[in-house]
Amino acid sequence: MNHSDQSHADAPRTQDSRPALEPVIFDMSRPGHRSADIEAAGVDAAPVSELLPGVALRERPPALPELAEPEVVRHYTRLSRLNHSIDLGFYPLGSCTMKYNPKVDGEMASLPGFTHLHPYQDEGDIQGILELMWRLEQALLAVTGMCRATLQPAAGAHGELVGILMIKAYHRDTGGDRRDTVIVPDSAHGTNLATATMAGYRVVELPSSERGLVDPATLEAALSDRTAAVMLTNPNTLGLFEEDILEITRLAHEAGALVYYDGANLNAIMGKARPGDMGMDVVHMNLHKTFATPHGGGGPGAGPVAVCARLEPYLPSPLVARREPRETASADSADPDTGRPATFHLDHVRPSSIGRVRGFYGNVGVLVRALTYILRMGGNGLTRASEDAVLNANYLRIRLRDVYEIPQDRLCMHEFVASGSRQKHTAGITARDIGKRILDYGMHAPTIYFPLIVPEALMIEPTETESRDTLDAFVEVMHHIDRETRTTPDVVRDAPHTTPVRRPDETLAAREPVLRWTPA
Amino acid sequence: MSYLPHTDADRAAMLEAIGVASLDELFAPIPSELRTCVIDLPPGLPESEVAPLVSALAQRNRTYGSRSFLGAGCYQIYVPAAVRALTGRSEFATSYTPYQAEVSQGTLQHIFEFQTAISELTGLPVANASMYDGPSALAEGAFLAARHTRRDRLVVSTGVHPEAREVVRTYASGPGLSIDETPLDPDSGRTAPPAADHLEGAAALLVQQPNFFGVVEDLEPLAKAAHDAGALLVVSQGLLAAGVLTSPGETGADVATGDVQPIGNPPSFGGPSAGFLACGAAYLRQLPGRLVGRTLDADGRTCFALTLQAREQHIRRAKATSNICSNQALAALAATVHLALLGPVGLRELGEVCVARAHSLHDRLTVLPGLDTAFRGAFFHEFALRVAGGAEPFARALREAGVDPGVPLGRFDPAWDDLLLVAVTEANGPADLTAYVAAAAAERGTGV
Repeated sequence: MNHSDQSHADAPRTQDSRPALEPVIFDMSRPGHRSADIEAAGVDAAPVSELLPGVALRERPPALPELAEPEVVRHYTRLSRLNHSIDLGFYPLGSCTMKYNPKVDGEMASLPGFTHLHPYQDEGDIQGILELMWRLEQALLAVTGMCRATLQPAAGAHGELVGILMIKAYHRDTGGDRRDTVIVPDSAHGTNLATATMAGYRVVELPSSERGLVDPATLEAALSDRTAAVMLTNPNTLGLFEEDILEITRLAHEAGALVYYDGANLNAIMGKARPGDMGMDVVHMNLHKTFATPHGGGGPGAGPVAVCARLEPYLPSPLVARREPRETASADSADPDTGRPATFHLDHVRPSSIGRVRGFYGNVGVLVRALTYILRMGGNGLTRASEDAVLNANYLRIRLRDVYEIPQDRLCMHEFVASGSRQKHTAGITARDIGKRILDYGMHAPTIYFPLIVPEALMIEPTETESRDTLDAFVEVMHHIDRETRTTPDVVRDAPHTTPVRRPDETLAAREPVLRWTPA
Repeated sequence: MSYLPHTDADRAAMLEAIGVASLDELFAPIPSELRTCVIDLPPGLPESEVAPLVSALAQRNRTYGSRSFLGAGCYQIYVPAAVRALTGRSEFATSYTPYQAEVSQGTLQHIFEFQTAISELTGLPVANASMYDGPSALAEGAFLAARHTRRDRLVVSTGVHPEAREVVRTYASGPGLSIDETPLDPDSGRTAPPAADHLEGAAALLVQQPNFFGVVEDLEPLAKAAHDAGALLVVSQGLLAAGVLTSPGETGADVATGDVQPIGNPPSFGGPSAGFLACGAAYLRQLPGRLVGRTLDADGRTCFALTLQAREQHIRRAKATSNICSNQALAALAATVHLALLGPVGLRELGEVCVARAHSLHDRLTVLPGLDTAFRGAFFHEFALRVAGGAEPFARALREAGVDPGVPLGRFDPAWDDLLLVAVTEANGPADLTAYVAAAAAERGTGV
């Protein structure tokens, strides 16, 4: 079976080989095979059963695989080959900012001076990491125009929870206990609504205007003395900058509500506009998006949260604080020539803090990567990154507009939302089909069916790290798939054909869930 | 700039295609009042300058290697090089959440293998794809119990790590769950089974195994007390002990949570690692986070896909079981690979070495003057010492001798100023134990 359709000599080529699948590692187990040698205890000690009197010891060993190291290494190396990844090809997954992850960042994060560090070491022994965290906080404040930040949240949604709990604590302390509602636009990420619920709030969804934006009049009508917060993504999930943002934050504040900025799309505006200047009270950032740390197939990320001055007391504890040296003129603690350096400590004395949201201080390995990236880029480089991200998105929008409907076809920021509705109308081909067919050409699909307000949505975010050649190749693929919807629609409908597996039966997976291996 | 491919000529051609005159014009939708900002950061630097700068920060930290006896939820063990080699593969590291299953089988399958391994270690049939860390997983486990029982009260043992208790409190402040603590037996250090009226109306009893002070809990009576009150038993489980101790599931726990660290993941100043959450089949629909299931593809081949997504925020939105989206997939992979390298025998031996060395050190320290065992219950690889004169001065003196002797617990509670929590793993060799005993003896003024 070959659906790769090379009938046009100049047509983009599909991938031409399908890697073999790999058995589940538990089925590869051979009793007696082993990899890790555990050294003998080397001390005089009684058997465990005597050292742990009265303790119930495990009788049935866990069914972990028994394999020698080469078998384990081959298994996971083969599995890795079944993944698409940034290092393999284009990944225009809207809202996810799949930009290139610089190699030096990972090398820095794996330095033993960071990886071997224990979170409860004496502060005198951890000055380097505390300074790194402090410098990262300062850099994030410079980008966002906010007042203070926590690095503790492990991901964007975790940061959202921190932000909304801080808003709740603020209202509690300022007589706003009646405020039980959070307003989100209907274009919002699902996490915004789920976060509000998790924090004990009722959610009101705000319909977007015909221009895909928050309409100040609609917002004003929805605001009341019951509104605790308005959660916004700006640019929003359509890739559009909220043009009335200053009016929006003014109206929210007049109603006594605070405004939450979902920083998922911060990559569009670095050096161009700051959430702090927009009037935002809380901002979360996704370091695994904007600041180029790898996404790891679903994490670890990091979701620092920055706040305005009135929310600073509520930040999770502890924060990294800097103690100024007495006898140095310079503010730059990294400069060894200016006399005694500043010192850093963990400030646990925060009586109004909402408390911790995780153990220790955050996904520190991710923080090391992000600071390395920021030092490498500098203020000028981050600004240029946003410029090229917006340039690339607009270039793709212009080059795809003849073939795909673009509901909001005007200047976008770092992403835009196309629609497969024409192809659906003419050939019964869905956005899902188009996304699946893109996979055959060695590229990842855009985000599909999101935001919910665009039918057959294809949300495309190229990021700044893609060359014009790559963008042109994607345009070719998209044009070619559009032709296929008319010439060979079944090839698109049944796509993908050249990937390691074809479409999984999701109904079967949900109807009879098999969520772990069991012995045959 | 090396991460940005465009030349100025590229940019000019692309701007022309778009029909705007300048990059600045692309930002016209941003109100002009906002467009005055510049990022107040120094210009970018070449990699050759950045790497030494960040390395210098790493070098300004002091690590104690195998002479560190710090634990309290974060441990060092030897992580085989194969773990880093495999998790470092960019096919794993630079991919996104496996929404497109056809090009994500690598990630989906390793998560399925992780779910299986966690199910085996917890003794519970269902495990999710990972959580942020141990404490947040415990909070989510408590939320699961509250949804299932439709109750709004939690009872938490003081044997649970103080930071984990704080995380549960923070999470609980959202929906307004109330929390009561239940004490340890002061002699044994084990959680005393709470009286029936203390558990009345509780959604869950939360305990830790081994507990914060290293003492092995007797889970069966705790499970019975919880179940008699209609509550779930939620156990925060340490994996270093998982090859040796009976699993939570076998002792009646309904939910097991925890952190995979140190399996596959170094301390890294406390993160990243991965949390886990496992439960009985009855609670499947209440489980937060991602789940990978096995299914068939269009050609009838066995494959894997995200499943039961109707629980999750991107589908269910305001009615989701949790807001969690990104988890800790790569750290979970590190644990899965390390567990595969250990196998069932290696995991048990690893636990046994930890126990043997911890008990050896304990017995040699507690014969010194002013160093006493704080609890008499059986401990696994971590124990609390009562230090006459205070734990902090003792720790300071030993650090000067090159030994980081444990975590002074006064940092968590002033009432614990004289307690030192000492963790021993396979990374602390016999010579390190001897060095510790010698330094302690010198500090205690007895010499050796």
